[in-house]
Amino acid sequence: MAKQREIGKAGWGRSLFAGIVGLIYFFPVLWIILTAFKTRTDALEIPPKFLFSPTLDNFRSVFFRASISSDSSQATNFILYFFNSIFIAGTAVLLALIIGTLAAYAFSRHPLKGNDTYLFIILTTRMMPPIVVIIPIFLMFRLTGLAGSYWGIILLYTAFNIPFSVWLVKSFFDELNPEIEDAARMDGASDWRVFFGTCIPQIVAGLAATFVFGLILTWNEFLFALLLTGVETRTVPVAMARTLGGEVGVDYGLLAAIVTLFLIPIFFVTFLLQNQLLRGVTFGTVKK
Amino acid sequence: MAGAVSNHPHKRKGFWARLTAPENRGPLLVAPAIIVLFVMNIFPLLWSFGLSFFNYRANRLKVPEFVGLKNFERVLTDDKIWDRFQTTAIIVASSVTLQLIIGFALAMLFAKHFPMRRIIMMLVLTPMMLSFVSVGVFFKLYYEPTFGLLSWAINHFTTEPFVLLSTSTGALAGIIIADAWMWSPFVMLLVLAGLVSVPKYLYEAAEIDRVSPWRRFVTITFPYIKSLLLLAILFRTIETFKIFDIIYIITEGGPGSSTESIAVNIYRMAFQNFRTSRSGALAYIILFIVIVLTNLYLYAVNRRAREEAL
Repeated sequence: MAKQREIGKAGWGRSLFAGIVGLIYFFPVLWIILTAFKTRTDALEIPPKFLFSPTLDNFRSVFFRASISSDSSQATNFILYFFNSIFIAGTAVLLALIIGTLAAYAFSRHPLKGNDTYLFIILTTRMMPPIVVIIPIFLMFRLTGLAGSYWGIILLYTAFNIPFSVWLVKSFFDELNPEIEDAARMDGASDWRVFFGTCIPQIVAGLAATFVFGLILTWNEFLFALLLTGVETRTVPVAMARTLGGEVGVDYGLLAAIVTLFLIPIFFVTFLLQNQLLRGVTFGTVKK
Repeated sequence: MAGAVSNHPHKRKGFWARLTAPENRGPLLVAPAIIVLFVMNIFPLLWSFGLSFFNYRANRLKVPEFVGLKNFERVLTDDKIWDRFQTTAIIVASSVTLQLIIGFALAMLFAKHFPMRRIIMMLVLTPMMLSFVSVGVFFKLYYEPTFGLLSWAINHFTTEPFVLLSTSTGALAGIIIADAWMWSPFVMLLVLAGLVSVPKYLYEAAEIDRVSPWRRFVTITFPYIKSLLLLAILFRTIETFKIFDIIYIITEGGPGSSTESIAVNIYRMAFQNFRTSRSGALAYIILFIVIVLTNLYLYAVNRRAREEAL
């Protein structure tokens, strides 16, 4: 991997300034998080309430629905939806990473006839508006019984993630020094050993970037999830949209609680892999 | 399967041995990616291309008839469609410009190491991690005339009540602000990647020659981030061109149809009026535009690659 060039240093003054700018930018999110801890009347209070006595009721009602007829409350399916989101997005992004890495290695080391054409077609599928394929996919899923199953939606998300996995990982392979691989081959290492023992360890950081970037893009996908998941496989964004309906208007506190909970996993994954993400955004098409 | 051949890999070329022969390695490794993409993307794409030559409606049982290019003709001669294209172009141009300005400013802010940089940067990156549904719903609430935070803040300075979404310009602005807020961090990451790639010795040389900060920016920094900025423009243009969810939640295309983008229009055509085939034809026109944009994108990338090679 290209070595990280050094950037300048600044002191606490910059921290203070950036912190203020950051907080202003973060404010709409902060307000959502605050709303999650407010009662229904506090949430829509004008002038807005910055100081209030926080309540966990909204978080409780994400998981338990109060019953009118009795004192007992009924569990909602949100634990399942959270599991579905993590399982579906995680599996799809990981699968795309594996399939994409294999293809990227081939494109980088064993070029096919028409290598660039393949790469271009792969990129085009990523740029395509999803609305173009939504009807055929909907019909296809109904015919094959994939609609409502885990595998259907996982395969679809995998397909969405493959193009940029291929492009990004290829750029990492392209940056490696081929002499190291040749040396390993001279020492009698098999092709598999060269791939797993020599190439992969050098691009682990790049693979992490690809993973986190793919996760951000997949985590919140809504349109396909809405049409293609069933009661058992519903993801959080779809469930979130379903809380919007109802006679009494949007329950902002409840929605805010879901948004806040749903933000936690992706926030921490991004925080842990932040440095790698910087490389990921250039879509693998720009070399440093 | 594998056991049978691994005993005599050289004596007889079995299926497995032929499959894994060095000359087949490229195709073999690419195959899984191509297969998944074919089944989930390319095949449905061809299917909808075929459908766009029929008069298929998803809510009718009638056998579709072949109508040739009629759907394309209907779409291309429809004045309303050109209005939608115009709306989409306005949203794309304004939102991408805003994203560039904000993203660039944020990148300059984070281009140096300072205490707590990682944590402060997370504050800026978070909007990108929210779902369109939640951004849509809460921005709609912020714009709301009586309960909205933004309306409340602005009402301190005006006598007339602030009702953003009631006029077409205001509604467009509301959508553009929400979209730009969400995706400026993305541009920031791109520009930051460019800033980090400027070799430090160039700045040190400039220091010795006492070059003014402005000249330093124009002659050293800008050339390094120029192509990345171009990439940011193209990438965000392609993505914003598809804008759907956020419009659907904030304005549903209204007031009237003043904020209805092409993607919202396709959605309505396909799922509310069930003109499945005609929506397919329109979708293909979009795809064509996207492919042209993709080519521009790759051209920009290749130019950067050539510049680097020099």
